[in-house]
Amino acid sequence: MNISEVVDSRYTKDDIPEFGPGDTVKVHVRVVEGSRERVQTFQGVVIKRRGEGARSSFTVRKISFGVGVERTFPVHSPVISGIERVTRGDVRRAKLYYLRDRIGKAAKVKEKR
Amino acid sequence: MATRAIVGEKVGMTQIFDDRNRAIPVTVLKVAPLRVVQIKDPRKEGYSALQVTWGVRRESKLTAPERGHFRAAGVDPGVKLVELRLDDIGGYEQGQEIDVSIFEPGMRVDATALSKGKGFAGGMKRHNFKGQKASHGNHKKHRAPGSIGACATPARVFKGTKMAGHLGNQKVTILNLEVVESDPLRQILLVKGAVPGPRGAVVIVRDSIRAPAGAVAGAGSGAHPEDGPLAEAAGE
Repeated sequence: MNISEVVDSRYTKDDIPEFGPGDTVKVHVRVVEGSRERVQTFQGVVIKRRGEGARSSFTVRKISFGVGVERTFPVHSPVISGIERVTRGDVRRAKLYYLRDRIGKAAKVKEKR
Repeated sequence: MATRAIVGEKVGMTQIFDDRNRAIPVTVLKVAPLRVVQIKDPRKEGYSALQVTWGVRRESKLTAPERGHFRAAGVDPGVKLVELRLDDIGGYEQGQEIDVSIFEPGMRVDATALSKGKGFAGGMKRHNFKGQKASHGNHKKHRAPGSIGACATPARVFKGTKMAGHLGNQKVTILNLEVVESDPLRQILLVKGAVPGPRGAVVIVRDSIRAPAGAVAGAGSGAHPEDGPLAEAAGE
């Protein structure tokens, strides 16, 4: 018996687009400021996906004002209002940690065509 | 002691999101409806408890004493017999069914089970000893416990000195866990945090004997304890 899946399915979304490491995604994050709520986007390269079911998460890396910023989101978090895939990346590994050591053009992921 | 208790099977852990979008780690317990086989009476047995069973077991798989016991009680044989110690056994009768609905979200419970067996474990794993140096001339003594006593006085090792030995596979109770969800229809109970034992372990859940002030052990309020006073103050 695997009741974990039964529980998971009620807390997982089924409208998650297909995306993986190397892809550039735009994550729409709901931000609560006091009583107001607005949607903020976080765009960058997916450098990893891990876990499965309700516990899965992914990490997006972007360069903001010359500083590398990484944010890890639970895939099924209610905080995320949407995920858009902007481009598909051509990469050969599942975890793109090597991007952290690169700067400028070398840190670019080739687009898949 | 507890006023209500139930027994279930550990299914595993997962996470869910609460109303404030926080991820909550939960343990999933499968709790099939229990059948009361025998009521232990303080006047007769010397203590009060409910002997319960759940699930189905073929009559041919029972031993003769078990068959007689179930037959005398007039209860269908189940997979196991477990005793639930309770303060008050009044109101329960033989053959009565108990399901998870006795627990409601927000209630505080204790979970008891046999922990995972670790076999013969060294001091580092069993008692969190620090071990010894990796280098500086250390030779084959990296995980050794070090000294276990003094010299000619007392010329012996004190009783109870922490050493290597058998670890795990013992009864462990985690106090004061929060019930997140209880669903009699799907026969599941979600409890916040970890529960001892491997997947498939038999877990006894009772209302907490040590709920903190403000948290409700008996009646389920559904509110988070830390929200309680604040939310009320805000409302006034």
